[in-house]
Amino acid sequence: MNGDTFKINVEHLDFHYGDFFALEDISVGIRQYATTAFIGPSGCGKSTFLRCLNRMNDLIPETKVEGKITLDGNDIYAPDVDTASLRRRVGMIFQAPNPFPMSIYDNVAYGPRIHGTTNKAQLDEIVEKSLTRAALWKEVSGKLNTSGLALSGGQQQRLCIARVIAVDPEVLLMDEPCSAIDPTSIQKIEDLMDELKSKYTIVIVTHNMQQAARVSDWTAFFLAEHADRPAKLIEYDKTDTMFTNPSDKRTEDYITGRFG
Amino acid sequence: MLAGARAASISQSELENHDVIKERVLHGLLFASACVAVLGLVLIFAFVAVRGVPIFAKAGVVQMLSSTDWSPMDGRFGILSFIVGSFAVTVGALLLGAPLAVGAAIFLSEIASPRVRSIVKPAVELLAGIPSVVYGFFGVIVVVPQVRALLGGSGFGLVSGCIVLAVMIVPTIAAISEDAISSVPRGFREGSAAMGATQWQTIKNVVLPAARTGIVDAVVLGMGRAVGETMAVLMVLGNAPVIPRGPSDPASTLTSIIILDMPYASGDHQTALFGIGLVLLLLSMSFVAAIRILSRSRKAR
Repeated sequence: MNGDTFKINVEHLDFHYGDFFALEDISVGIRQYATTAFIGPSGCGKSTFLRCLNRMNDLIPETKVEGKITLDGNDIYAPDVDTASLRRRVGMIFQAPNPFPMSIYDNVAYGPRIHGTTNKAQLDEIVEKSLTRAALWKEVSGKLNTSGLALSGGQQQRLCIARVIAVDPEVLLMDEPCSAIDPTSIQKIEDLMDELKSKYTIVIVTHNMQQAARVSDWTAFFLAEHADRPAKLIEYDKTDTMFTNPSDKRTEDYITGRFG
Repeated sequence: MLAGARAASISQSELENHDVIKERVLHGLLFASACVAVLGLVLIFAFVAVRGVPIFAKAGVVQMLSSTDWSPMDGRFGILSFIVGSFAVTVGALLLGAPLAVGAAIFLSEIASPRVRSIVKPAVELLAGIPSVVYGFFGVIVVVPQVRALLGGSGFGLVSGCIVLAVMIVPTIAAISEDAISSVPRGFREGSAAMGATQWQTIKNVVLPAARTGIVDAVVLGMGRAVGETMAVLMVLGNAPVIPRGPSDPASTLTSIIILDMPYASGDHQTALFGIGLVLLLLSMSFVAAIRILSRSRKAR
């Protein structure tokens, strides 16, 4: 509906891993029902930043976040926020496909089950719907009871997408979801993202600039100019503008392949 | 270019020949090591069986296994009370110790901060290295009086034995379970968390099932220690060759009767002790089998 509503708004975010100052003064608004891509060279903190958006970094000891991140206007780092409920709304797909060592069915039913759905017919429906949305149903409908680990890498990643869709989140964070899988599956996942965008807010980290250009509406460019300095947000704009007419010299250099 | 490639492929094949020989030698050596381990088991089993079986032929298998009358000097070799004793202290120790140990392992790998972990984990491992006689002292000085005060009787008996054994097997089970739980890939935990699972839901539904095999191994090893433990048990069990009527009554185990009688036994008496050793081996093996079958059927469900 409204392409300019900020689903997630980040203001002046600093992030530390122990003594290491990783991100400095990041401010960015993530638009609803759109795909936003974070690009930048390896190690520039774009994945770290992504993991701040659903507080996944909380799982890593000795990390520190300063600044403000809001989801629909509510501060997600407020003391009374339940991280489990937050992550239910802001799901995540990881770089390496990580299906659980259980059947395909149980993988997809995992989320609904922990959130209290026990009705078999209801679960069946969710599993079929989620696998269909993740463009995997046709390939696995006959073998739902086989292990999720028996699938190919690309299928595993789509299973992980189905698994997250099954809990019906509002935002999908994708951390280089295509870096470990084959080209055919990449194609499928990109098509999928295009479809999912009508219902979800998607944020994708990628170091494949063609991919960013293909799938995203908005692009943010991160860069740490020296190895011992924190990364900053260099430029954030419509993807078309970023790739055709970047306003910052460093963005242009990166996009045209002069470094990174 | 082509010639170069051919030369490269020739030296490549020579290299492979060399590697193949090395591989074979290595396979042979490793196979031999495995054989020695298995051979040890077979030889021990055969030795104990050869020395012990005659008593079963003489006194009767059923008679020996079903009678509690242990009067070796008078030619009566009923060992049921020892079997019951060993079975009871092992099961009791596992019931007390295994949940505690797995709980400690979960705490260490999932909940404790790196600092706490770096202190507690070595401490737990150290505990596994304490000689059993020291645990026996601890049993006599601390556990037995408490049991006496709580349950009456002498305090020397099954309950004390189970408690001391439980304390002894906790470090073994905890240390090995902790390794198994820690080696569950972080991706599983993150995947679960990213769907809004709480930490406990993640532990219960993803981490523990993934670490199941390792935890079962840990319990099997702990069980092995419990069923075979002699000294500490001997010190707190009271050592009466009877089936205990209550939790604080004295009892004996297969191991404790062997160590008590061995110094002076001769003839049929000595053979009977080997017979007891054989029963102990079989009991221990059936425990291992039972734990494996139990865990497999739970997985199937």
